[in-house]
Amino acid sequence: MYSTPDMNRRSFVVGAAAVGSGLALGFELPFGPGVANAQVGGPEVNAWVVVKPDETVVVRIARSEMGQGTLTGLAQMVAEELECDWSKVTYEFPTAGQNVARKRIWGDFFTAGSRGIRESNDFVRKGGAAARMMLVQAAANEWKVSAAECTAENGVITHKASNHSITFGKVADAAAKVEPPQEIKLKDAKDWKILGKGVKRLDTPDKVIGKAVYGIDVRMPGMLYAAIKACPVNGGKLASFDAARVSNNKGVKKVVQVEDYAVAVIADNWWRAKTALDALPVVWDEGENAKVTSESIAAWLREGLDAEQAFVGNKGGDVKAALAGAARKIEAVYAYPYQHHVTLEPQNAVARYADDKCEVWCSTQNGEAALATVSEACGLPIPKCEAYKTFLGGGFGRRSTSQDYIRQAVMIAKQMPGTPIKLVWTREEDMAHGWYHPITQCRLTAGLDKDNNLNALHVRISGQSILAKVRPAALQDGRDPATFSGFYPGGAEATLGYSVPNILVDHSMRNPHINPGFWRGVNINHNAIYLECFMDELAKEAGVDPLEFRRKLMAQHPKHLAVLNAVAAKAGWGTPAPQGVHRGLAQCMAFGSYVAACAEVSVDGNKVKVHRIVGATDPGYAVNPAQIERQIAGSFVYGLTALFMGECTVKAGRIEQQNFDTYDMMRIAQMPKVEAIVMPSGGFWGGVGEPTIAVAAPAVLNAITAATGKRYRTFPLKHHGLSLA
Amino acid sequence: MARLSVNGQSHDVDVEPDTPLLWVLRDAIGLTGTKYGCGIAQCGACTVHLDGTAVRSCSVPVSFADGKQITTIEGLAQNGTLHKVQKAWIEHDVPQCGYCQSGMIMAVAALLKNKPKPTDADIDNEITNICRCGTYQQVRAAIHSAANA
Repeated sequence: MYSTPDMNRRSFVVGAAAVGSGLALGFELPFGPGVANAQVGGPEVNAWVVVKPDETVVVRIARSEMGQGTLTGLAQMVAEELECDWSKVTYEFPTAGQNVARKRIWGDFFTAGSRGIRESNDFVRKGGAAARMMLVQAAANEWKVSAAECTAENGVITHKASNHSITFGKVADAAAKVEPPQEIKLKDAKDWKILGKGVKRLDTPDKVIGKAVYGIDVRMPGMLYAAIKACPVNGGKLASFDAARVSNNKGVKKVVQVEDYAVAVIADNWWRAKTALDALPVVWDEGENAKVTSESIAAWLREGLDAEQAFVGNKGGDVKAALAGAARKIEAVYAYPYQHHVTLEPQNAVARYADDKCEVWCSTQNGEAALATVSEACGLPIPKCEAYKTFLGGGFGRRSTSQDYIRQAVMIAKQMPGTPIKLVWTREEDMAHGWYHPITQCRLTAGLDKDNNLNALHVRISGQSILAKVRPAALQDGRDPATFSGFYPGGAEATLGYSVPNILVDHSMRNPHINPGFWRGVNINHNAIYLECFMDELAKEAGVDPLEFRRKLMAQHPKHLAVLNAVAAKAGWGTPAPQGVHRGLAQCMAFGSYVAACAEVSVDGNKVKVHRIVGATDPGYAVNPAQIERQIAGSFVYGLTALFMGECTVKAGRIEQQNFDTYDMMRIAQMPKVEAIVMPSGGFWGGVGEPTIAVAAPAVLNAITAATGKRYRTFPLKHHGLSLA
Repeated sequence: MARLSVNGQSHDVDVEPDTPLLWVLRDAIGLTGTKYGCGIAQCGACTVHLDGTAVRSCSVPVSFADGKQITTIEGLAQNGTLHKVQKAWIEHDVPQCGYCQSGMIMAVAALLKNKPKPTDADIDNEITNICRCGTYQQVRAAIHSAANA
C-alpha cells in the first residue's frame, strides 16, 4: 500500500511543541481586515468562532486562500454546524504564532496537495458544532432550561416550550465561559443547508475593488523596498559586487549581500532599488552546475530508462515473463519538461527585524513554515517571531515547501534593524529561481495476448524526485512514493484505475541541480499523460474503441469507471461529432478524487482548436459545487497552458525563459467551453484544486491523435509546431 | 517631482520622470489595487485608465501621465456605487486568487466604453490579460452580463 508522504510535520514543530502555551496573545496589525487579534471586536466563543454584538460571525481560517476557494469552503463547514446566518459570516486568518501559542489549536496551516478541506473537515466542523453547543448552553442557562430542549437555527436559539428566543450575539459573552463540550456529533450530509451548496465566495467583494491585500501590497510606516538578484545558476555563489557604483543613486539606502549567493539593493521605492540593482556590477562564481544543459539532462534521464536499479511503485504478477510471452509487444517513450508555476504575484515578503522580535507579512501556502523560516533565518526563537499571512496571488505549490523569498527578506531586514523592508522579486528573478515541475521521461511497454487483452504493462519512469530535494526525510529507503502518483495499487490517494495481471511501475531517480517543487497536480500530470495516451495507443493497436478498451480493464474500479462513463455520455462519445471535430478521453485518480475528461478538438494545419471539454469529478463530498466547477475550468487552463506552451530549458546551468515573452500563457481567446460534472458519491473526502488538471492534457492529446493520426510524445506541443487557436 | 491626478485627487510625487506609472501608484501614492505581474506589458495586471483609455501602467512612464486623468481600480466605483463590471464580477463570482482581476476589470470597463455590446470575437481580440487561475469562462460570462446590465 502506498500513500503520499505526510507533509504536515515540519522540523520546527518540535520547537513549537516545546514552546507550549503561555505566550502572550495580542498583535496589533498595521493593515486591514482578514487578520485580527484573537479578541478583536467581540468575544471568542472558541478558537474557530467569534460572534460580534451586531451578530457578525467571524470564522477563523487556518489554511491559505490562493484562489482555490478553501476559505469559503472551510467557513461553510463551520457555519453549517454552527447554525448561523450565512449572510453574517466573515473571516480572519489566525497567525502561525498564535497557533503555536495555542498548542496548534487550528491544526495544520499547510495548504497544498488539495488537502485544505479534506484533511481538516472533521475538526473544523467540530469547531463550529462546539461553538453552537456552547451558545445554546449559555441561552439555556439564562432561561434555566435544559439545553437539550433548545434549538439553534439561522443564528437564533429558541426554547419553544417557554417561548424564549435569543440571537447568538446576545449570548456570545456568556457562551465563551461555558465549558466546551466533550462529545460532538456532526450533522449527516443529507441535512446540510450551507455545506454542499454553491454559495458565493466570501472574498469576492474585496477582490473586485482592489481592496484584498496580498503580500506585495503590505505597507508599513517607514518601510523601505528591496530588489534582489541571486546567482542565476542554482548552487552558484556571489563572488563580488561594486556597491560604490550605485550607492549614491537617488533613494538608495544600502547594498547588501544576502547569504553567499545573492545581492540586494534597498531604496526608498522599489523602482529605484530595481534600477540600481540593474546597474550594479556583480560577479558570480557559477560553479560546476554552469556546465549543465537541457541536452545533458535529457541524456542522463534517457540512461535511466534502461537502468538496472529502480524503485518499485506497483508490482503484480511477472511482467518480464509475461512480456516475453506476449502475442504482441508495444512500446512508447514519452518525456515531460521543466515547467514554472508563474504565480501572477511574484515572490515577495515584508520583514521587520528588531533585537528581540522578527516579523514577516507574506503570501504563503504554509504560515507555520513561514514562521519556522523566520526563526531559522533571524536566529530568534519561535516565540519572538511571527508570520502574518495575506491573500496569495496564486500558489500552485510555489509557496508551499519553498519559503526562500521569506528567508531572503529576513536576511535583508536583519541588515537594517528596526526598518520594515519589502522585498519584491522581478518577474525575471521569479522565472530564474523557481521550484520547477520536475523533469521526467517514461518508457511504457505493454504485452497484448492473442485476444488483444492487456496482459502485461511495464512503466519505467526516469527523472527527478521532488521529495529528495524538498523533504528527504519523507523518502522511503530512498524511494519517492509521490513519483508514482496515479499508479498506486491501493490506498485512498491516487490509485491506478486498471487491472493488469502483470504490472511493474518503477522509477530510476535522477536529480539534476534545477530545484523541483510541488506544482498544481505535479507528478499526476505527466503520469496521466504517459498512461492515458498509451492506453489510446494500445486501443488503436488492438483495434478497439478507446472507451471500450479501458472499460474492459476497469471492472474492479467502479469509481474510476463512473466518472469516465459520465464524461463519455455527456460528450456524446460514440455519436458523430460536429464536422471536423474529434474526441479524446482520459481518466485518473488523484488527491483522493476520481476525475475524467472528454475533449473535442479540431486541427487546421498547425492550429489546434479545443472546442469543448467535459470534465467530471467525484470528490466524495462536494463542499461547494459552484466553486468546484470553477476549479475544473481553471485547472484545464493551467493544464493546457502547460501542454502547449510550458517549458523551462536549461543552458549554461540556468533557466533560459525570463518573462511572458518567452514563457507564454493561454488567453481568453483560447478558452474552450468547459462543462463540469460534479458527482460526489459520498463516504470519502477528495481534493478539488488539483485533480482535474491531470486529465485535460491527455484528453486533448488523444483528440489530436484522433484528428491527425499523429501521436505526440514530447512536450510542450509548440515544439511540434502546434499552437492553440 | 510630478503632479498626478488619480481618481479625481491630485498627488505630488517625488520620482524620476521615467519611473513606470505602476510603481508611482503603488509605492508613492499607496494605491496597491493595481498589480505588478511582468513589467513588460504582457500580463495586464497593471491596467489602469488614462483619460478613459486602458493602458498597462508598468510600461507607461509617469511623465506620460502628466496632465491626464488616471483611474485605478480603487476609483472605478462612482459615489459609492460599483461599476457595472464590478457588479457583474460579483454576480458571476469571477475571481479566484484575484490578483489579475483589478487589471482584468479595468480592461473590460474600457472595452465596454468603446463597444457597449462586444461579441465573443471582440472579447477574444481585446481582452488579452493573463489569468493564471483560468477564470476566463466566468470572465466571458460576466462581460456579457455587464454589457446587458
